[in-house]
Amino acid sequence: MSAPENKRRAFLAAVGAVAVAPGISLIAPSQAGTAASSAVRFGMLVDTTKCSPGCDACVKACAAENGLVEPIADLRQGSQWIRKIDLVDTATGRQHSLPMMCQHCAKPPCVDVCPTGASFKRADGIVLVDRHICIGCRYCMMACPYKARSFVHQPLTTQNPEVPRGLGCVEACTFCVQRTDRGLAPACADACPQGAMLFGDLNDPQSAIAKRLKEVATTQVRADLKLGTGVRYQGI
Amino acid sequence: MKNEFSRVEEKLFYGLAALGALVTAVGLGAALYMEHHGHVVTGMNNQIVWGLPHVFAIFLIVAASGVLNVASIGSVFGKAVYKPRAPLSGLLCIAMLAGGLAVIMLDLGRADRLVVAMTHFNPTSVFGWNVILYPGMFGIVAVYMWTLMERRMYPWSKPVSVAAFIWRLLLTTGTGSIFGFLVARQAYQSAVLAPMFIIMSFAWGLAVFMVVQKVMYGWNDLALHPDIRKRMKNLLAIFVAAVFYFVAVYHLTNFYFAKQVAFERFILVDGGIFPLLFWGGWLLAGTVLPLLLIFVPGLAAMRGSVTAASLLVIVGAFCQLYVFIIGGEAFPLEIFPGMTVSSSFFDGRIDHYAPSLPEFLLGLGGIGIAFTMTVVGVRVLRFLPKDDLAKLGAAGSLSD
Repeated sequence: MSAPENKRRAFLAAVGAVAVAPGISLIAPSQAGTAASSAVRFGMLVDTTKCSPGCDACVKACAAENGLVEPIADLRQGSQWIRKIDLVDTATGRQHSLPMMCQHCAKPPCVDVCPTGASFKRADGIVLVDRHICIGCRYCMMACPYKARSFVHQPLTTQNPEVPRGLGCVEACTFCVQRTDRGLAPACADACPQGAMLFGDLNDPQSAIAKRLKEVATTQVRADLKLGTGVRYQGI
Repeated sequence: MKNEFSRVEEKLFYGLAALGALVTAVGLGAALYMEHHGHVVTGMNNQIVWGLPHVFAIFLIVAASGVLNVASIGSVFGKAVYKPRAPLSGLLCIAMLAGGLAVIMLDLGRADRLVVAMTHFNPTSVFGWNVILYPGMFGIVAVYMWTLMERRMYPWSKPVSVAAFIWRLLLTTGTGSIFGFLVARQAYQSAVLAPMFIIMSFAWGLAVFMVVQKVMYGWNDLALHPDIRKRMKNLLAIFVAAVFYFVAVYHLTNFYFAKQVAFERFILVDGGIFPLLFWGGWLLAGTVLPLLLIFVPGLAAMRGSVTAASLLVIVGAFCQLYVFIIGGEAFPLEIFPGMTVSSSFFDGRIDHYAPSLPEFLLGLGGIGIAFTMTVVGVRVLRFLPKDDLAKLGAAGSLSD
């Protein structure tokens, strides 16, 4: 192979890395068949100053990615893995809009209370529900301070094969684990038109999210509970 | 005359057993309907995740623990008046525990995974502890009843009764702690809930016992000795007053914390059905009226006053649990203190829960199970409390 050809390939690879979704270059893909590593702590930074009140691109992307599309008569019984919350400071009138989902706590109350161990935290910090041993007691929903979990109230027919869901089980945001294990960012982060959701490895000082967290003031929601949330918010 | 009475009793037994079986069957049918269609056919949702079935189930489980108090007072604390009542107390404990657990299990999203619940154990989960505490209670009470009803086992009665006493305190601590350990919701996260549930169990259990005892005496043409009746009703009054004390402490503490005031206002003042059930159901009907019926001479002398007081305590218990469980969930989670919030997931909104018929029938089915087990139990074994009045009188046990 000639030297100019080598340079051309290197150039094409660099262009490719820039052209694909930003999330791809942020995290290393897991090796197939290997367990999640505790060296990694996945997390997300939401910049609420960029988040538009009327925009729900993240919510739509989550629904499409995870197959949350069944219509339900009573919306209170439907699954919402991510939702937009509009906030108004009662003292000052300042308004915010932000996406709320499972905060992937370091000390998740849902894991503590689950009688069977179906609620669990992966080594890389992603909090999941094992659908094989969830008995549908909903104790985790009582325990979650973020109202992040949904119970499947009706039979499902349109599941995404990569996202196991089923009647009578509890579910929540998985950080699109089917994507993160391939080195992709969660669907919501990719879909955000403002680039307000930054996903990555909190443990890697070189990651974009770790660098950003070092630079800007961020907040953990219900920080008083000291749950060590993996999701942080900027601007609230 | 004796034969005539037996025939009446015989007919009554089959009638009652059939009634219990029917209510149980309807409850099981409701559970099957919910299992088939999903919880979409209930009034429960992602905010109010535990509904009417849990009100029934927790009443039955808490009262089951408390009804054994009657036996404990006899065996552990040596009060002679309560000893003949111990077997019936044990039977009611097992029957109500079975009814309550059946409702909890049948309400699960995946009731078919009962084996999973038994084989996967998370030691940090209060529910997980209960998977050990509840079946353990069945075992201990069964052995306890054996020591009470089998002459050769009498010497073991005392140590087993002590074990049962400790076990049920643990069990009710576990039930109260299901809520006490929850940091997420305003209504819970309080250590006072564990002892509060224990004292609630004493009151509710004794109330159930008094009603069942009254009915059994009625069928057998017997009357409770006035001195025994007086002792038992006074004890009921003490328990009802103690529940009042704990509930008062719980709410007053909350009122003192600024972050809890909005929740307290909701439960006690402007929360619609919940203040109504709290003041009218629990306080007036379930606490004040029973105490009046027990202590005001004119009312206490009325026929059936103690039974009425006991029934009112049970009505109050259901009101209290409805307020505690449903009201506690209806109030929105305070995720962003100091902000007003709105979302497509009803953040910041007070939820309105309307229980559906299947939920109610499932809860009723739990009572059906407890009722049927009691009716069959008292039929096949000697559970009727029989007082040796001469012996009790000689020992000075009839009066305090």
